[in-house]
Amino acid sequence: MQDSNSVIEQSTSVKGMNSDLRIRKHPILEFERGRLVTIHLNGEKIKAYEGETIVAALYAAGIKTYSRSVKYGRPRGFLCGIGKCSSCLMRVNGMPHVRTCLALVEDGMKIEYEKGHGESPIATEVEVKEERVDTDLIVIGGGPAGLSAAITAANLGVDVFVVDENPKIGGQLIKQTHKFFGSKQNYANVRGIEIAKMLLRDLREADAKWTVNASAIGYYESKKHMLAVVQNNSKLIEVRADEIVVSTGARENMLLFPNNDLPGIYGAGGVQTLMNVYGIKPGNDALIIGAGNVGLIVGYQLIQAGVNVKMVVEAMPKIGGYLVHAAKLRRLGVPILTHHTIKAAEGKGHVEGATIVELDENWQPIEGTEEHIDVDLVCLAVGLTPSSEILFQAGCKQAYIPELGGLVAIHNEDLETTLKGMYVAGDVSGIEEASTAMMEGRITGANAAMKLGKDRAKAEKVREESLKHLEGLRSSPFSERVLKGKKKAWEIWREAN
Amino acid sequence: MGNLEGGELSSYEATGVPTPEHLERILPPKERLKKGSVVIIECIQKIPCDPCAHICKFEAITKGSLTDPPEVNYEKCTGCGECVAACPGLAIFVVNTKYRNDKALVTIPYELLPTPKRGEIYEALDRDGKKVGEAGIINARKVKNGTAVVTIAVKRHLAMDVRNIGRKLK
Repeated sequence: MQDSNSVIEQSTSVKGMNSDLRIRKHPILEFERGRLVTIHLNGEKIKAYEGETIVAALYAAGIKTYSRSVKYGRPRGFLCGIGKCSSCLMRVNGMPHVRTCLALVEDGMKIEYEKGHGESPIATEVEVKEERVDTDLIVIGGGPAGLSAAITAANLGVDVFVVDENPKIGGQLIKQTHKFFGSKQNYANVRGIEIAKMLLRDLREADAKWTVNASAIGYYESKKHMLAVVQNNSKLIEVRADEIVVSTGARENMLLFPNNDLPGIYGAGGVQTLMNVYGIKPGNDALIIGAGNVGLIVGYQLIQAGVNVKMVVEAMPKIGGYLVHAAKLRRLGVPILTHHTIKAAEGKGHVEGATIVELDENWQPIEGTEEHIDVDLVCLAVGLTPSSEILFQAGCKQAYIPELGGLVAIHNEDLETTLKGMYVAGDVSGIEEASTAMMEGRITGANAAMKLGKDRAKAEKVREESLKHLEGLRSSPFSERVLKGKKKAWEIWREAN
Repeated sequence: MGNLEGGELSSYEATGVPTPEHLERILPPKERLKKGSVVIIECIQKIPCDPCAHICKFEAITKGSLTDPPEVNYEKCTGCGECVAACPGLAIFVVNTKYRNDKALVTIPYELLPTPKRGEIYEALDRDGKKVGEAGIINARKVKNGTAVVTIAVKRHLAMDVRNIGRKLK
């Protein structure tokens, strides 16, 4: 329907450049690319730009398979693009199981497909460094919630250390090209990418420490909270902190249908990462599954990136996202079919098409309503699940609360879990959105400061204001469900304490 | 969930295109439309959002609470269009039915490439993305936040239908 919106530059020469999928012109974004380098995939030379992840560089060169399933050898693309799904594990410079969606390219880097379960590295291949960090507060995950927690606490005099496993800090904000709703206090009418920059600026001004490509992989009991953090697969950071804010976000849900593992079928957030962070066109013709805000927003962003969005299908009888987001797609000629879902994907080695089907009142496919559409990209926008692993490993009590997206660490209104001094904020405490995540972050930052005996009056004021803003943001009917879930979590927390 | 009043599921919620009944609730009175430039805010859900109410210098747009849909005082609205790029949902338009005898102006938010230029002709699209006529670009300016505010001239009877532009025709 739409003209190819952004311009794809067709370069010549080395492999990877003549089918270069990098976006050069975009209505909202400008892509700053680093120095041109060469990486090697199983001996084949591929051009890449510094600052790109391995997956981004390979994808730009048209390479969309990164691993194979162990038993049947089925090709695997990337699904999530943010280190949560393990679809892109490859051997990099001798190191097995590297999440190539997180690891940045380096000149001369040797990347290999892994066979079966992969092979252990030879001990001499990898040099491991060690470091110890003592801090008042560690924040795990530098998205809107974590950064808000860190900034708030640091401004109240707390010594803060933020770790994030992505190469860029800012969480999902760095790929949100749309303008945010809300009020002045939560950056209304500012694009997510700009909010990320503002938060990073505030983080620097507040003098908080932070580091990227660093995963908190384990919690250990000691006098203080102790965490093992692994950075760049080669450095072990032992962190001791009085307080912890876990703001690890969420992972995207999968949907069950034949061939759902074909490369070309990705989570909506993964697609955003590829096209909005690294400026790579994810496909030519797209089908979007799910008409919640994520599906609607990604559909619009795909059109901005020059992708033809064929349709959005939604199993529910109504559009779940805001109608203003739906209207943006509709007036671009994109149909939104409610009571419809994907029945199967088709393709050899990569998705080439999909069959959609209408559902009856009981969610059953109506025979004879199948329709085939040619697409090379399927975006799954069917909800998120909190990334709670570290919380459960640490021993926080959990509960299954469907309104919050599944298993969550139960917490009180101040977002403290059943483990003293361990807080949750943002999607990991219940799937919501960035504006509320920022408010939750502020609440935890203020609480941590109070616990540590910092400027109590000021901290209490920040806490109260943030609680009030959060209540305002949740006063819409769209928040009824999540509020119900939150109340359950608070109630279970009270019973447990 | 019931985000729209009235209880029963409306086709607006099933398709994303407002029904005439919904439009009636958000369109200015006919008398006001006849007087020239006026805002049309196509936002009827309870969304926690308020930049439109803050940007209006004439206090023509108000919100009862953060989540109430915006209300427009059409007598105060001058049709200046400052609110068009201020709406995060790209749901605000300005219509001037007094432009020429047979032509009306529609001002739309636009975030695709290429940014239209004065004098060019584009397809005029309705809320369903269907081509319903031609749109002459009268003015296009990109505001600081990246949204372009584009004013197009369309046949007067299309003023309440055209809400987007499609392919460039010339």
